Amino acid sequence: MKVLMKGNEAVSEAAIRAGCKAFFGYPITPQNEIPEYMSQKMEASGGCFVQAESEVAAINMIYGAATTGTRVMTSSSSPGIALKQEGISFMCAADLPCLIVSVSRSGPGLAGILPSQGDYFQATRGGGNGDYFIPVYAPNGVQEATDFVQKAFDVAEKYRTPVMVLVDGMLGQMMEPVEFKKPVINEYDKSWVVGARSGRERNVINSLNLLPESLEQTNITRFRKYDEIIANETLFESTVADGDEVAVVAYGTPARIAVNSIEELRADGIKAGLIRPITLWPFPEAAFAKLPASVKHIVVVELSQGQMVQDVKLAVGGRLPVHFYGRCGGMVFESSEIAGQVKKIVRGE
Amino acid sequence: MTTRMVFSGFGGQGVLTLGQIIATIAMNQGKEVTWMPSYGPEMRGGTANCAVIVSDGPIGSPQVLVDIDVLCALNKPSIDKFLPKVRPGGMVLYNSSLITDALPRSDVDSVAVDATNIASAMGNLRVQNMVMIAGFLKATDLFSINEVKATLQDKFASNPSLLDINLAAIQQGM
Repeated sequence: MKVLMKGNEAVSEAAIRAGCKAFFGYPITPQNEIPEYMSQKMEASGGCFVQAESEVAAINMIYGAATTGTRVMTSSSSPGIALKQEGISFMCAADLPCLIVSVSRSGPGLAGILPSQGDYFQATRGGGNGDYFIPVYAPNGVQEATDFVQKAFDVAEKYRTPVMVLVDGMLGQMMEPVEFKKPVINEYDKSWVVGARSGRERNVINSLNLLPESLEQTNITRFRKYDEIIANETLFESTVADGDEVAVVAYGTPARIAVNSIEELRADGIKAGLIRPITLWPFPEAAFAKLPASVKHIVVVELSQGQMVQDVKLAVGGRLPVHFYGRCGGMVFESSEIAGQVKKIVRGE
Repeated sequence: MTTRMVFSGFGGQGVLTLGQIIATIAMNQGKEVTWMPSYGPEMRGGTANCAVIVSDGPIGSPQVLVDIDVLCALNKPSIDKFLPKVRPGGMVLYNSSLITDALPRSDVDSVAVDATNIASAMGNLRVQNMVMIAGFLKATDLFSINEVKATLQDKFASNPSLLDINLAAIQQGM
């Protein structure tokens, strides 16, 4: 049965249904419906909700709870995620699974509360120290957001890594019909957890490693895990077909706006298709590997001054011109605006 | 078939809820829907609006910035802001208690609903949004009164007395 729900509320419900038993967070617009929902529903589902004293405290509570093998989650928005970066780096170093929902607003700094995609680098490159990556899912609607929340817990446990679901404020605030699927709950090895032990060896979970030989090996092993994630978990969608002159690249809600732009372009006789990265890390380079020979232009559209466009350029490797169009500061492009830009590019204006 | 709607009024007039109810009715009809609120740093008494798109197929952008098919305006600033964006031939449902001037466009259809006065006479200003539903029933073929009733029955399942008040408000607007 479908229910009409806000993105923020739907991801919360999806997390509870996926067996999330601990939520620690700190309020910030435009994701406040997540802690609000969790504060109302977590206890009844046998879980734990704490409004931490800060984002830094919240991510460290997540670290602590994750060491016990519990399904844990936090959520925040841009400047709040910035404060969590240290903890995310530490959790990567300790190979701990968790879900981080990031509902981005405009930046830099405290900036504004309206939608933005200026946190692409924050999500895919991180601001924590050291060599690490985390899988990042970028859903384009409320249904996909709930599906990826459930998938994220599984991927987090499978690879023992924090996983992020990144949405912009628009998706957090909008309502769409959603159907909660039965979450896949796989049993993974939990011999690494800490807590009350009966007969097993004592486990220590720590990110400190002062022995360079050992630390190098640990990091190399972790990057083998990243190779597996790249091989198995990369997701994208492409409608670029033979005969298309333009490939428009967008993720999240702007990808939906771009769908309208492409319809408008087709009505004007310009054939275009959409490449939509669904995982931002790993970035779906394969989407750009076998483009039809008819494609002459790649146009990246983002609600930023241009961040994903750098990954697109790396994937394209100079084989085609990569153009960029973006709005920022909470301003959102209209579909006709993107179509207008593409027309200019095609006509060489 | 896609219908792009904007609901707009003062904060507290219930425009966001009204949009949600219309979106829920459409969802229950098996349609695709999106509901997108304006979420600025806003307060009670300030402006509020939401965009609702109802479609037989997948919906692209959830925004309704131009080419509005149906505008539901509960106060004068909403007319000033959104009337220029209604497509020619579009429908404007307006709260004639607060919007007393003639609409400055002749290329759109319009239906006046005396929503605030009717709600006030019922002794419950909070139902002025529901009175506007009468305008939809009169001027559009988006849904029937039975579909409204079914959705409201679900919405007020835990408090049936509210169902009666809200249905009475719609009846008063007819």
